[in-house]
Amino acid sequence: MALLTLPVAAGLTMILLPAFGYLPVLGSEAASLTPFRLLFAQPGLWRSAALSMASGLVTSFIALSVVVLFLAAGRGGWLDRGIRRLVSPLLAVPHAALAFGLAFLIAPSGLVMRFVSPWLNGVNHPPDALIVNDPLGLSLMAGLILKEIPFLLLMSLAALAQLQSEKRVEIARSLGYAPTVAWLKTVLPTLYPLIRLPVYAVIAYATANVDMALILGPTLPPTLAVSILGWFNDPDLNQRFMASAAAVLQLGVTLATLLTWWLFERLVARLFRPWLTRGGRRRGEATLRRLGRMGLTGASLTAMLSLAGLAMFSLAGFWNFPDALPQTWTLDHWQRVAPMFGGALSNTALIALAATLMATALVLAVLENEHRRNIRPARALWLLYVPLIVPQIAFLFGLVVAAESLGVAPQIGLVIAGHLLFVLPYVYLSLAEAYRQLDPCWLEVARSLGVSRNAAFWRVRLPLLAAPLCTAFAVGLAISIGQYLPTQLLGAGRVNTVTTEAVALAAGGNRRLIGVWALVQAALPLVGFMLAAALPRLLYAPGRILPRKAT
Amino acid sequence: MPIRRPWRSLLIAGLSTGLCAALALPSLAAPQQTPAPNNWDAVLKRADGQSVYWNAWGGDSRTNRYIGWVVRQMQERYGVDVEHVKLNDTSNAVARVLAEKQAGNNDDGSVDLLWINGENFAAMREQHLLFGPFAEALPHFGLTRPAANPEVVTDFTLPVEGYESPWGKAQITFYYNSADTDTPPRSMAALLEWARAHPGRFTYPRIPDFTGSTFLKQALIELSEQDDALYQPVSDSDFDAMTAPLWDYLDALHPFLWRRGESFPASGPRLRSLMGDGELSLAFSFYPTDAAVAVQEYQLPPSVRSYVLDGGTLGNVHFVAIPYNSPHKAGAMTLANFLLSPIAQAKKQSLDYWGDRTVLDVAHLSDAQRALFETPADNPALPPVDALANTLAEPHPSWMNALQEAWLEHYGVN
Repeated sequence: MALLTLPVAAGLTMILLPAFGYLPVLGSEAASLTPFRLLFAQPGLWRSAALSMASGLVTSFIALSVVVLFLAAGRGGWLDRGIRRLVSPLLAVPHAALAFGLAFLIAPSGLVMRFVSPWLNGVNHPPDALIVNDPLGLSLMAGLILKEIPFLLLMSLAALAQLQSEKRVEIARSLGYAPTVAWLKTVLPTLYPLIRLPVYAVIAYATANVDMALILGPTLPPTLAVSILGWFNDPDLNQRFMASAAAVLQLGVTLATLLTWWLFERLVARLFRPWLTRGGRRRGEATLRRLGRMGLTGASLTAMLSLAGLAMFSLAGFWNFPDALPQTWTLDHWQRVAPMFGGALSNTALIALAATLMATALVLAVLENEHRRNIRPARALWLLYVPLIVPQIAFLFGLVVAAESLGVAPQIGLVIAGHLLFVLPYVYLSLAEAYRQLDPCWLEVARSLGVSRNAAFWRVRLPLLAAPLCTAFAVGLAISIGQYLPTQLLGAGRVNTVTTEAVALAAGGNRRLIGVWALVQAALPLVGFMLAAALPRLLYAPGRILPRKAT
Repeated sequence: MPIRRPWRSLLIAGLSTGLCAALALPSLAAPQQTPAPNNWDAVLKRADGQSVYWNAWGGDSRTNRYIGWVVRQMQERYGVDVEHVKLNDTSNAVARVLAEKQAGNNDDGSVDLLWINGENFAAMREQHLLFGPFAEALPHFGLTRPAANPEVVTDFTLPVEGYESPWGKAQITFYYNSADTDTPPRSMAALLEWARAHPGRFTYPRIPDFTGSTFLKQALIELSEQDDALYQPVSDSDFDAMTAPLWDYLDALHPFLWRRGESFPASGPRLRSLMGDGELSLAFSFYPTDAAVAVQEYQLPPSVRSYVLDGGTLGNVHFVAIPYNSPHKAGAMTLANFLLSPIAQAKKQSLDYWGDRTVLDVAHLSDAQRALFETPADNPALPPVDALANTLAEPHPSWMNALQEAWLEHYGVN
């Protein structure tokens, strides 16, 4: 586990040094505060930082509320089951693809406007309204929320499994509490500590993300992470000092946001304690239930419409503004892109499979080790989260320089190692709970029949965990497929994956080709999740018991 | 149990060694000496079998399509395996070469050939990051006739001195939707009037995009009536006094731009897709054939027409250069030479591939070579044939940076 922090530490060091003026190749060897002084003189800097912080806090709060209300209000039924099945595929859609789709959906010349013009509002030209790239970052926040909801839902479902939530709600209901209120009062306080780390990861991502901010975020000034990317790539090579200082600032902003959230947690805990014990049983039941249903359904619908818009564009000929559908359809775009699929797809698959296999193997080894020695690792969990909380942009550039200094050429091996760093936490998160709450009786029975510990691991534990294992593997694949900055920087642009191709096209604005690539990018993890759902059933004959929780 | 542990440690040790070995192997290959550019046979011989990493902006699908054709040709003709590394921004590659120099990597760089011009070239020359001189030794270089066409050896007023090889020509060309308007503006002053009459129907790409920056330069050149100071380093003149008319002009223009000047599209192709979406009626591009190819690709309506401003528009030549630490210089030189060949230049100019103009002096080619360049001229979206004779030269590259910074100061934050 501690090995994970090494690359991050190395990357951070190589950023901290230039931030304080030490960059020998540009001729500057004296430590100084000039980079920071230059940084603070940049116009709009504090606005960028504030935007990053605000999007971190607001999106996490809304996403968390939507998820929590949905879980509280869900009472079985087709909607509930349908949404739960949608979660994994929606999680798998990479950020850039969803951002493109959303940008097209809500733009003044976008899908929604095309459906309602001109018969509803008599408009023949798109209105001049700043929706996408708006200065307050609202469309960016919308995009972030759409991506955060499936992740938090997945983590919550995994954590719920160990809480016996059904029982708690039953007891509360027998005392007269309405179902939604009951869930909120009995399950939520115990659920939150279990999903606290995923929430922190979500906040960190929201404050420092680049992919979505480039497409949906405000532009003058952009969020801090986008500014940093621009400064690192500035042709004026002396800007790198300031860029390194800005990366340090980004780290500070992320930490400040996390601290603010933590304070907020304390405040909420203090304020709502009387609410828990006051005894109100029905107040707000109907509203909360309605909000819970609508919230997640609305989010899923928006996400699906975004993807549908992209699909239409990938097949569209010229599409004039007020028309609800393209005037002509054509397979041209798919045909033009098809020859380029081969290389990108094989690279993506190779990297994703290699990184996820290694991650899964490592995670299983660690979890098995914990189980055998009865360790409950709290500190290890924090170490695991380091790559997720430190902004990618803050240490990846430094990591590139560190790799160069060690003489490691940019190539696919380095990219796989980089992906491993980011996939590992997610695989661990997906697998840990299921692993721990597997009934130890099965293993005891196996051992009592004379089987060694390793054999018990391979022949009893793994098959019993087939389903969570496949899901964790699929999550790992999805994460690896969606990575952009690590592939781009560690591979020096030589390793082209589906995501790097899609983002490279983003600058070109050819929405039809972007649609093709974004769909391919979204479809890949989907395949992974479908396999994950089907494989356990295929591998083991029906009728075999697959217990999941200790009752 | 003590007996089980060795297996696990062995596994971990094995994995780590394997990973380290995989990472270290490529760097064990010994670097070879590059043959001198004027010993062309030796260059070709060394190039055979090399892998050249060509870093070129990958944001436009038609450029990528042409480069794909080049890749296939290089494999067939010279046995060189070219990999197109798609860049978001050329400065990414410049930053990478710098990072390699910082780490002391002087002979195993990751960039073999780079599509470059303007301030990126100036920056690399200043930091001694380029290999050369090599361009004038390329066999096809003579076809550009540099004596009669000085723009192929001048990059934004800086003499190239053989450190980069010319590739194509670009010129600012405006295009408009004739269904929305049939009196497009023919000068910057007329543009302001047009924008007042059609608010929200024109904009320019966000600085520091190169197309947007060129719009600034175009405006400045026209407003200052091609003042000589623009072709000298910016430090030699009173920047504020020179650019005052530009800021006045932009202050007057911005309220009538798309989104009232509060947001700008990120690049030239984005500008084009805004017009395709019906959000703009007037736009411009660096490539005269941009609109015509876009109509063919369903991105713009067939009613689009192109033209050049009456007083002339900025044009420049773009080049390819070789970083000093490339391990495949022979292959890179072979590629640069092929890019200058008549067949490659003709294919590049063809509307079916890219449409970027040639740097060769077509009038002085042999008949067979000239025949490759015949193009059907009845595409209504193409600019008129004589329009491209009216080219204004680029100012000194230091003006680019200065203008970009000043624009960001004035308008970078709302």
